[in-house]
Amino acid sequence: MPRDPSTLLRKFHEAKWDEQIILEMSVPGERGILVREVEPGVRKEVGTGVAAIPPGLRRKEPPKLPEINQMRVLRHFMRLSQETMGTDLTIDISQGTCTMKYSPKVQEHIAARHPGIREIHPLQPSETMQGVLEIIYKLEEFLKEISGMDKFSFQPGGGAQAAYTAGCVVRAYHASKGDKKRTETITTMFSHPCDAAGPATAGFKVVTLMPNEDGYVDLEAFKAALSERTAAIFVTNPEDTGIYNPRIDQFVKAAHEAGALCYYDQANANGMLGIARARDAGFDLCHFNLHKTFSVPHGSMGGAVGALGVARELAKFLPIPRVEYDKQGKKYYLDYDAPDSIGKVRSFMGNTQSLVKSYSWIMQHGAQGLHETAVCSVLNNQYMLKKLSEIPGVVVRYAPGRRRLEQVRYSWEKLQKDTGVGTEDVLRRMADFGLQHYWTSHHPWVVPEPFTLEPCESYSKDDIDEYVAVFRQISKEAYENPELVKNAPHNQVVHKVINPSINEPERIAVTWRQYLKKKVRQQGIIPKPTVESRR
Amino acid sequence: MNPDASQSSEISGKKKLGLIVNPVAGMGGRVGLKGTDGGDVVKEAKLLGATPEAPQRAKDALRVISRIREKIQLFTYPQEMGEEEATQCGFRPSVIGSIKSGETSSEDTRRAAAEMKNLGVDLLLFAGGDGTARDIYNAIGRDRGLTLLGIPAGVKMYSGVFALNAKSAGDAAVSFLETSTRNVVEAEIMDIDEASFRKGIVVARLYGYLRIPEGRRYMQSVKSGGIQTQKQVVQGMAADLAKNAQEDCLYIYGPGTTTRDIVAEFGLEKTLLGVDVVLGGRIIAKDVNERELTILADGKRKAKIVVTVIGQQGYIFGRGNQQVSPEIIKRVGRENIIVVASKEKLASLEGRPLLVDTGKEEVDKMLAGYVRVITGFEDYVVYKVGL
Ligand SMILES: Cc1ncc(COP(=O)(O)O)c(C=O)c1O
Repeated sequence: MPRDPSTLLRKFHEAKWDEQIILEMSVPGERGILVREVEPGVRKEVGTGVAAIPPGLRRKEPPKLPEINQMRVLRHFMRLSQETMGTDLTIDISQGTCTMKYSPKVQEHIAARHPGIREIHPLQPSETMQGVLEIIYKLEEFLKEISGMDKFSFQPGGGAQAAYTAGCVVRAYHASKGDKKRTETITTMFSHPCDAAGPATAGFKVVTLMPNEDGYVDLEAFKAALSERTAAIFVTNPEDTGIYNPRIDQFVKAAHEAGALCYYDQANANGMLGIARARDAGFDLCHFNLHKTFSVPHGSMGGAVGALGVARELAKFLPIPRVEYDKQGKKYYLDYDAPDSIGKVRSFMGNTQSLVKSYSWIMQHGAQGLHETAVCSVLNNQYMLKKLSEIPGVVVRYAPGRRRLEQVRYSWEKLQKDTGVGTEDVLRRMADFGLQHYWTSHHPWVVPEPFTLEPCESYSKDDIDEYVAVFRQISKEAYENPELVKNAPHNQVVHKVINPSINEPERIAVTWRQYLKKKVRQQGIIPKPTVESRR
Repeated sequence: MNPDASQSSEISGKKKLGLIVNPVAGMGGRVGLKGTDGGDVVKEAKLLGATPEAPQRAKDALRVISRIREKIQLFTYPQEMGEEEATQCGFRPSVIGSIKSGETSSEDTRRAAAEMKNLGVDLLLFAGGDGTARDIYNAIGRDRGLTLLGIPAGVKMYSGVFALNAKSAGDAAVSFLETSTRNVVEAEIMDIDEASFRKGIVVARLYGYLRIPEGRRYMQSVKSGGIQTQKQVVQGMAADLAKNAQEDCLYIYGPGTTTRDIVAEFGLEKTLLGVDVVLGGRIIAKDVNERELTILADGKRKAKIVVTVIGQQGYIFGRGNQQVSPEIIKRVGRENIIVVASKEKLASLEGRPLLVDTGKEEVDKMLAGYVRVITGFEDYVVYKVGL
């Protein structure tokens, strides 16, 4: 029986290990594994192996990796794991637009353990990896059916890279027509920022359009932005707000009339599977995030796949290699023969293990199941929208009374005005109830005090009720005792993190070497090895 | 002034907070008098039954700040100008100066501000409206060291120095005084001429800029946060302008921090409040008036006007840059008007159109429609200009 959140909320106290960075734990000479010397017989045949590496590539000094024994490594990572909070531990409705759904563990087992997937290399003869090629080929067939597109590439390692790759395809397309004027793309403020950044990285100027009171762009404004310089439009629909632009066909029509291509960022496709297709709406390109809609766990650009689909006339520009099927020879193979291709954006077939997981997920659901996924995620969202709207302090901006699709951008604007408690206070308080803090919004914050939630099909009514109950409690606290919320979290290791803006290079170190340099520069101190590492 | 107090606070390492309450601010609003600048209006407001707004708002903010009461030294003016409010909220303020209770005027605000500047307060908190902000600005000038924060309590609040509400002002003050890194931004001091405003004519002027604590969450002006720093945004805009710059073309830069900072990227020093003219990489005229500009932009040479959004209402012409007359705008032509503004600024308009009020309907009409605003390097927003 699930607990009743109206009477009993979950309480959570984070584990507290004052854990060092692994590089600080190094003890010179300590080893986890002692690699055996090469046996004399082997050495006689092939030498040490080092000779095979060209001299220019050989290191002069050994790499400065931490030197630690196995037990300490294990303890280190176990402790860190106790300090994490994620999808498998909490009700992860918080990361709106990220479609945090359950990834059945069986997929993980196949992808990580099956020798036909784990032990192959893309350069081995394709006859020896027919199984995995078949999976990739069939997955492409599925996505073609789901989107209406004619050809896919799985090379992009994330949605943003798919948008970049699409930018390259758009450029190649116009170049092939000898059209050099088309130097701009158009996007909307509530589309994902990669719909601006992707094409910008591919060399385009970007025009952004602001939302009207319905939350999407006026057709009139859109037409004012279109010109003979427009190469393509890059849009999300539903946009970040969860609002579906019902006139999207007119946008596509206007863009086509101006000679532009239309790219549909379908990272938010969870509410549309089996219901609406990008190609049917007239789009020429689209992408799915397999690490969202198709159940692959999110993996920091590692395990992700931005599956890029295009219409027939753009297929020849897609990256290489492509997985093809030879009907006569009845075999799958990698096709590198594509003179018009934009080249590679990543190695080989992309994140193959992730493709296996998506294939598996689609097979588990079937066409009917995919449709049900969409229906269920939309239904969940309507339920949660209703429940959250009843909580004092919550506001839903734009298009009053109109339904959102699978996610909603909410606002604590009223709560902030009434109590001084803003969205960043509320999100810190969530951790005390064992929920991962939620995602606010892309920048700039067009909706004040934003938070974005997406209760996709994986969550039950009980899950949603529990999640909403936490919000109700925090709102109550804010009105009764705002200081409690403002000083949250109370049960976590780190209290308020000052959030330096990402673009302040002086304050950020993303590598250990940078950290050492900056620390020395700023404070004149070299971090000392600590007790544990001196042992 | 009480020198002991300032010394003891230095010794104890406490932060210094200045507080000025304009006790008559906001009185005109409820009774429809559009502001209380000028002594007679205050009397009239009182006759109409107006009650002071500012003391209550000040107390709302002070209650939030009282959480860190022990860590700060509060300086304020006597009686209703801060002392009473502070005492009622549990502070033991160092009271400086003297006033005639019940008959305070803008002169008192100016004196208080000047004295607090001399005391070296870390933050000057005031309760009032645009008029109060302007008095403080006049008293302290563009003092680099002084940071201001307004508790909104006036009738007119066009300036960018006001917090969202009194509580937010308290929060912003606490957060500013508690952290060691002092992130500040410049905000506009604007005011409209009340005498004309009462007759229904809006003549807004940009008086200057003062520093306020950076804190998107607390302020009226910068409601939407950005991930890029303002400097990077400006660098992007400047790079875009430079890439498309035309030789032998007059660039007429309107007032504001955005235009000033863009011009600074070209190694030139632009006046903050004036209209400056750049030609061939040099500033050829600073702070020109309408007549001078008319002579310079005589139509023989190509000219472009670079303007940014002034004030919270979203004006690109007719507020703070009236030197650029409708005749000049018309001569330069719509296609040569360059609007620069950050996406944050545009987002803070919450969908309202950009506005023009050049004084000539025909020119306003010419400017209406959609403009391409430069928001960064090769980064634009197409935005509506309304009438
Ligand atoms: C609508 C949309 N498009 C694109 C992306 C970018 O995907 P990725 O994070 O895989 O680069 C996201 C991710 O948040 C998204 O929500």
